[in-house]
Amino acid sequence: MLRSLKGYLVLLAIAAPVLIASAAVQPPPPSDDEVNAIAHQLYCPVCENVPLDVCPTQACAQWRATIREKLAQGWSEVQIKDYFVEQYGARVLATPPARGLNWLVYVLPPVAFLAGAFVLYRAFRSWGQTPEPLVPTAPDADGDPYVARLEEELRRRS
Amino acid sequence: MLANLGYFSLVLTFVAALYGAGAAAYGAVRRKPALVESARHAMLLTWPLVTLGALSIIALLVGRHYEVKYVAAVTSNAMPTYLKVTALWGGQAGSLVFWSWLLSAFATAASLRRWERDREFLPWVIVVTMITLAFFISLVIFFENPFQRLWQTLDGRQVSALFQPNGAIPLFPTDGQGLNPLLRHPGMVIHPPMLYLGFVSFVIPYAFAIAALVTRRTDDRWIRITRRWTLVAWLFLSLGLILGGRWAYDVLGWGGYWGWDPVEIAAFMPWLTGTAFLHSVMIQEKRGMLKHWNMLLIILTYSLVIFGTFLTRSGVLSSVHAFAQSAIGPMFFGFIGLTFVVSVSLLMNRWGELRGENYLGSVFARESLFLLNNLLFMGILVVCFWGVLFPLISELFTGQKVTVGPPFYERATGPLWVGLLFLMGVAPLSAYGATSWRSLGRGLWKLLLLSLIVPAALYFSGVTLAGALVGYWLIGFVAIVTLVEFWRGALARHRRHAENLPLAFWRMAIRNRRRYGGYIIHLGVVLMAIGIIGIEMFQTETQGTLARGESLSLGRYTLTYESLAQFDTADGRNVARAVVQVSRDGRYLGDLYPRRDFYYASQQPMTIPGVRSSLQDDFYVLLVGWEPIAQEGATFKIYHNPAVNFVWMGGLIFIAATLLAAWPTREFDALREAATARAVVARA
Repeated sequence: MLRSLKGYLVLLAIAAPVLIASAAVQPPPPSDDEVNAIAHQLYCPVCENVPLDVCPTQACAQWRATIREKLAQGWSEVQIKDYFVEQYGARVLATPPARGLNWLVYVLPPVAFLAGAFVLYRAFRSWGQTPEPLVPTAPDADGDPYVARLEEELRRRS
Repeated sequence: MLANLGYFSLVLTFVAALYGAGAAAYGAVRRKPALVESARHAMLLTWPLVTLGALSIIALLVGRHYEVKYVAAVTSNAMPTYLKVTALWGGQAGSLVFWSWLLSAFATAASLRRWERDREFLPWVIVVTMITLAFFISLVIFFENPFQRLWQTLDGRQVSALFQPNGAIPLFPTDGQGLNPLLRHPGMVIHPPMLYLGFVSFVIPYAFAIAALVTRRTDDRWIRITRRWTLVAWLFLSLGLILGGRWAYDVLGWGGYWGWDPVEIAAFMPWLTGTAFLHSVMIQEKRGMLKHWNMLLIILTYSLVIFGTFLTRSGVLSSVHAFAQSAIGPMFFGFIGLTFVVSVSLLMNRWGELRGENYLGSVFARESLFLLNNLLFMGILVVCFWGVLFPLISELFTGQKVTVGPPFYERATGPLWVGLLFLMGVAPLSAYGATSWRSLGRGLWKLLLLSLIVPAALYFSGVTLAGALVGYWLIGFVAIVTLVEFWRGALARHRRHAENLPLAFWRMAIRNRRRYGGYIIHLGVVLMAIGIIGIEMFQTETQGTLARGESLSLGRYTLTYESLAQFDTADGRNVARAVVQVSRDGRYLGDLYPRRDFYYASQQPMTIPGVRSSLQDDFYVLLVGWEPIAQEGATFKIYHNPAVNFVWMGGLIFIAATLLAAWPTREFDALREAATARAVVARA
């Protein structure tokens, strides 16, 4: 026990100058905010719909530690995100990458909206071309103005 | 015994509902009023029966009958009685019973109206409500039975069944697992019933719409009958959404109130179609137009209500809300498909008879602007629907699950919300019928110009973000237009009736509750929009690990870590609670206590923020991590949420105004009707 402790001390004495020298040239460790900036864009497969930066589970804390490690190793944001995609699939990203079937997710809503706008435009045009508005007809009044008035009054009373 | 009684009452409900639907349809088609009356009695029977079922569950929950599987799953000895009662909607089976109970209550309430002129609607209203009820009850009695007991088989397995399996012995656990900790919050106690109330009330207007289609009543009678139902449904749905947002802000600990979670969207989708419907029915009432569209909107709303329940209850999604999963998905899927196809086919069949009574005079008329409003709401709906559905489609076809998260929804719906805000400002200035762009423009340009004061003032006070400036400009525009509308109305009344201005204002609002209630709702939306832009565009955050006495700053705020204590509580939690000092510009504001609760039974952590709230902003602190032994160091995440309280204030005004719009006041109704009657006589 004592011997091994001695050994460590010797090792430490040799390594210390090297460690101190390397620490002097290394950039500062990544801050929490730098880690969170990337974590905010990622989702772990277990805690769905909770972004990684605010997920309280142990698993997510480990993922954040991984991001910190990679950042310390000098990886870029894109590289780190790619790493997670490679490991766990595209679902870790907040939005699906625009390729293959995923194109649909981006294309369908605007197409549907434009189609709706077109239908509305056609409706506006067809209505606009009618010169005279139709006379409102109460369906069960049988053309009798008295009955129509009665219907109208009852309608208001409801 | 109690379990058997409850189960038996639900089986009877199922039979009564099926009989009611069948007898009503047969009686209506064969013109047998006695049969319809019998169906009505069957319907009236369902409410007491489901009440008995629900009360049995509550009695089991409160009485600690852990031999019942549902009771063991959602309650525990440590839970207070009020949480045991509300555990009725804390799990899958119970919440389906609660849904059914509300539906039977609403169907009963709807059937108690005076039917004189609308007798022909009655059987079909019974058919629709009772088929829906039978569906939900069938889920309970065949798939998700809350009365199943726990048994141990001869080979030692634990099973659940209503009746004793062969050779099995009953199990009597002494404690249960307890309610999901996320649900043990006062907000969560009220939030689900509000959403359910909203969901279920929409069944009634749908039932009347279908009745109108079947009986070929093409006038707006069904809309007038269900006007208040729709408003009440919308009120509860809005309240449910707002409460849900507040709960997320207080309990989920991610610094926000709306995460575009699929389950949030599930409740939001019927709200979208419901809002579009509330606007477009006014056009049918005033101008006799858009009959097809209104039918389609209410059919869509009903389908989305069932779809929303399906999403949350079937386990098809797994998300923060997915604490209740089971194998009832296919049943739901079939029911939604069937009702949607039948409703739309019926609508197609009656298409020709639902011709509008008027044509559109101008693109700038109010009805056109309302149609544009509907288009934008539908656009948001498509984004939501597709965003929720796409991951499932992707999984189905490629085997790959994808995440469609907040950035997608924010980008896709952002421009549509801007469009809606703009319309909210323009529409009150437009008139029904033929409006030229000149007349609309005359009213518009001065107010638009005036509203530029808002972005100008913000710009000079240091806000340079273009999106925020445009947003606040539109908000200012809507606020000015709405206030001018109030002013104009009150002034006119003041001159005509020689009333003083406050009285004129009050009477005007109270006698046109729907119109001015609507405008106040718009003002509520304005306030909410101020908060939403504030938090969406100006939220800042930082995180840091501090030793005792160290500080972390964010903007003008500084947080100083004082101490941390970790202890167990009687209700099965381990709590780590930090004490931090908050100061702004160097001035001490007070202490906050962010904490992390760990529930042993469910192995679930929960992050409760410490929040310093003011009208201007919220300072929101989360305890992210700490040194377990020495408790010397702790990691905090802090958010600065500007203007977020406007969301809650706006929400309150929104709800109060909806209540005003929906509130029946007999006295004024009578007065107005008398005046209308006089006017009719005078014209004659």
